[in-house]
Amino acid sequence: MSAEAGTRTTRITATPGGVGDTPLRPDGTLKVTGEFAYASDLWHDEMVWGATLRSPHPHARIAGIDITEALTLPGVFAVLTAADVPGENAFGLEHADQPVLASEFVRYEGEPVAIVAADHPETARRAAQRIRVDYEVLPAVTDPRRAMDADAPAVHRPGNLVRHLTLRRGNPDPKAPVVVSLDFEVGMQDQAFLGPESGLAVPGDDGGVDLYVATQWLHVDQRQICLALGLPPEKVRLTLAGVGGAFGGREDLSVHVHACLLALRTGKPVKMSYGREESFFGHVHRHPATMTYEFGAERDGTLVYAKANLLFDGGAYASSTAAVVGNGGTLGLGPYRFPSVAVDAYGVFTNNPPCGAMRGFGCVQAAFAHEALMDELADAVGVDRVEIRQRNGMREGDVNITGQVIDSAAPVAELLQIVRDLPMPPPLDPSDIRALPGAVGNTTHGEGVVRGVGYAIAYKNVGFSEGFDDYSTARVRLELTGGEPVATVHTAAAEVGQGLITVEQQICRTELGVERVVVHPKTTGVGSGGSTSASRQTYVTGGAVKAACESVRAVVLERAAALLGRSAGELRLDGEKLLGASGEVLLGLGDVLGTEAVEETVEWRHRPTHAIDPETGQGNAHVQFAFSAHRAVVDVDVELGLVKVVALDSAQDVGKAINPDAVVGQIHGGSAQGMGLALMEEMVVTDGHVRNPSFTDYLIPTILDMPPMQVQVLEYADPHAPYGVRGVGEPPTISSGPAVAAAVRAATGKALHRVPIRPEHITGT
Amino acid sequence: MDFLQPTSWQDALALRGERPDALPLAGGTDVMVDINFDRRRPGALLDLGRVPELREWGQDDGRIRLGAGVPYAGIIGNLGAQLPGLAMASRTVGSPQIRIRGTVGGNLGSASPAGDAHPPLLAAGAVVEVASAARGTREIPVAEFYTGVKRNALEPDELIAAVLIPAASGPQQFSKVGTRNAMVIAVSAFACALHPDRREIGTGIGSAAPTPRRAPEAETFLAGELDDAGLWDSRNALPEPLAAAFGERVAAAASPIDDVRGSAAYRLHSLSVMARRAITWAWNDLREAA
Ligand SMILES: Cc1cc2nc3c(=O)[nH]c(=O)nc-3n(C[C@H](O)[C@H](O)[C@H](O)COP(=O)(O)OP(=O)(O)OC[C@H]3O[C@@H](n4cnc5c(N)ncnc54)[C@H](O)[C@@H]3O)c2cc1C
Repeated sequence: MSAEAGTRTTRITATPGGVGDTPLRPDGTLKVTGEFAYASDLWHDEMVWGATLRSPHPHARIAGIDITEALTLPGVFAVLTAADVPGENAFGLEHADQPVLASEFVRYEGEPVAIVAADHPETARRAAQRIRVDYEVLPAVTDPRRAMDADAPAVHRPGNLVRHLTLRRGNPDPKAPVVVSLDFEVGMQDQAFLGPESGLAVPGDDGGVDLYVATQWLHVDQRQICLALGLPPEKVRLTLAGVGGAFGGREDLSVHVHACLLALRTGKPVKMSYGREESFFGHVHRHPATMTYEFGAERDGTLVYAKANLLFDGGAYASSTAAVVGNGGTLGLGPYRFPSVAVDAYGVFTNNPPCGAMRGFGCVQAAFAHEALMDELADAVGVDRVEIRQRNGMREGDVNITGQVIDSAAPVAELLQIVRDLPMPPPLDPSDIRALPGAVGNTTHGEGVVRGVGYAIAYKNVGFSEGFDDYSTARVRLELTGGEPVATVHTAAAEVGQGLITVEQQICRTELGVERVVVHPKTTGVGSGGSTSASRQTYVTGGAVKAACESVRAVVLERAAALLGRSAGELRLDGEKLLGASGEVLLGLGDVLGTEAVEETVEWRHRPTHAIDPETGQGNAHVQFAFSAHRAVVDVDVELGLVKVVALDSAQDVGKAINPDAVVGQIHGGSAQGMGLALMEEMVVTDGHVRNPSFTDYLIPTILDMPPMQVQVLEYADPHAPYGVRGVGEPPTISSGPAVAAAVRAATGKALHRVPIRPEHITGT
Repeated sequence: MDFLQPTSWQDALALRGERPDALPLAGGTDVMVDINFDRRRPGALLDLGRVPELREWGQDDGRIRLGAGVPYAGIIGNLGAQLPGLAMASRTVGSPQIRIRGTVGGNLGSASPAGDAHPPLLAAGAVVEVASAARGTREIPVAEFYTGVKRNALEPDELIAAVLIPAASGPQQFSKVGTRNAMVIAVSAFACALHPDRREIGTGIGSAAPTPRRAPEAETFLAGELDDAGLWDSRNALPEPLAAAFGERVAAAASPIDDVRGSAAYRLHSLSVMARRAITWAWNDLREAA
């Protein structure tokens, strides 16, 4: 933590294991020792296994399906197709446009067509292979730039446009003495979570179903499952199973409805687990983007205007494409002051794999473009690359490009200064080949290696935007167990590895002064916690837990006041004791609780956001902004095009670090994921076919690719947020990749307007 | 699927002869991937893990006889001095777990053009020792062992017993390009060996042709140039243009394709760079040793 930030931090009484402390995660030891039960470890007596048959074609009409051969395989209990979906054969996060099982058309390679339940996973897979599907292959649109052409095949009616966002501000015809522009392309990144999709559906006696599943938002799943099954919510009960990472890839449904359908049909518990290859077809990916940017500036580098055109390939179904376009459009110029702006952001349907949520959500793609162009502007006007960002960077009180006032800290200049001033890594040491580009590949002993340094700054909205009713629910119960006060916190907010359950415990400890806090399993037995995405859970579910604790505390104080014959206003709850005005101990918490628990449930909302104007894109679209900066230092073997990231240092304002260790962990992981996109992570899709659906060829960084990081955390409290928190998870993913790309450009002197940067882009071969 | 688990080399050969539908299983790092993906459904697995002879290695008339079942970790740990090229290649294979399970016999059995053991075996002039119960043992020069994409010269009733590799008489090098810094399948790879005793150069190319292959023209070109310039005797520095010309000839011997891992053009380019650098390092090592 940086000391100078302390003055603006909310001061919180130190409670051991409370807010601001770093208690052990309740799931930490289990995960490290391999004992944690992930969704893939789910088990039930008499359980059978589900498997999915998927389309081999990016676009085809289904002329017929013959399941006879599959049904006759011994061990098979059910084979279901679209005709067996009892409710509406449709799901989707924003629009229910995706069939549970394809009926007339398949629109992407890997689309589910039929499902099987059998006594063994292998039997189920083999049975799926025996299903005969008669496809009439149709022309596919796989180039997003062609998707809106008049003669392009329509993926959906009426056409292939998902959303077009227009944003206009200031002078409609701006002029500037210095103009720079570029085209930039970002490839398709995958979330590559380590725990593939998995769930277990158990049929209930009431004709309903209990689903245990790894997901990001139980209630939005429940809503979609109910629609497809034709069942009311009380008959579709969800419990979160152990989640092995999410990063947006579990916002859309995967095994959910399929497992429930098979369970209800067979009357048996049904488990479905994807392998790694199927996982690549079983969830949405980060949108590939094609972008054109133009910045106009004064000769001193002061920004005058920006024009930008962003095209996101949404793939075959809407998923969250519209919201990604919303983010790309409203935030896609970065944390800078632009008097005049014209942005057009498009999301289109193609027959490519569906794209949706992934950490950074529309801002990641844009940041590569705006940060590359800021460097080019700096060079064009002869100003230092960090300085030009500091001069044009947002400050608290500025108005962003949608006309929204930034009403809490916006320390752009400071964050950049911090990363610039951090110690530089030592110079190249050719004696250890692991430190060189190519590493143990033994491709250089120092020959051709050039060092480059790059900087980037980015910002991201926290929470759901554009008028979405974004809330979370928390139930907190305080009671005596074995003579000791214990708090139980129940939310439906998904723990996906980020540490939310620890944060929930910490908040209860701080608010109620009790040491023992039990986290109830995450279920739909309590109201919605909202999505574990948009860096929002510590803010929104944290806010709900805090509010529920406050309600519990108020009841406790009322009870104590009644017992003592005093007014509640004179009393305080601290360290499991009730204190009077001058701190004297009046009662133990246990005396107040007796045998009657106190339980309160609270629904908590952040400040409302608003839709943007459809013509100008103006409006208070977002509730909070989070800023982060990176400095990357790379060694590039310019002859072979191989890169070694030597340092990737970062500074981020988190408002208040509820759990400082977890904050730094998020920054480490997010930085690695952004670096991965800059250098290696790409799903290669040719003519609608995924060519590398495996970890053999979809490369994610290893420990030899990721340098140790220096991380500086600022804590400028946001006065509108609980404890002053600011979302943490996504910003590092946004600024790290552009910093790495900038460093590679600096080392090679090449424009490199596409990521991931492949060796051949550097060598020109 | 039957699971056959012989405990001696003789039994293994007998079973191999009896069960042409059996698939030999060494470390399983290729076999189990294929089975899990349902790419292969052999009638039986012939597990060689209990055959002690396959895990042995020793000296044999100036050659190292490396049992087909010796894992990469064993080569790195024990044979770095005698087989420096193979040991360097072994260090780049997969992850520690894969290096503990995976074997050179398995690499040869799979005969993938991307297999990392192949270039150093080619450069060293290794010989593959294969055997059958019916016909006994035969030796196949490794360059003749690779017959096509993922195909090799084994007869259906044969097993690989060992690889016979001349102990290094001079410096060896191995270089491998991948798009990340560890745990990566080669985009292209190159190995070279200096044989100062015979005044010859050995080469091996990986991931840049349907099979692993040598670059014979580059070998004779460089050996000849070294001869002409008296460099074998003088041990003077290797002239840069000569190293570069060698690199170009190595690239010329390749016939790569474009695939998801890299372009054909990049493979050619990277081969020429790796070959130029690697031969220079090897030559410098030779000079230092002198
Ligand atoms: C995660 C991962 C990373 C990898 N990385 C690399 C890498 O970097 N470089 C690389 O080259 N490879 C890599 N591989 C592939 C694999 O590890 C190697 O090819 C290894 O050498 C195979 O050896 P094995 O003992 O596991 O063979 P197995 O899988 O047991 O067998 C492979 C083939 O050889 C046959 N076979 C085995 N032994 C004999 C014998 N004695 N006689 C006849 N046939 C035999 C088998 O029938 C089979 O066809 C990787 C694999 C994985 C899973």
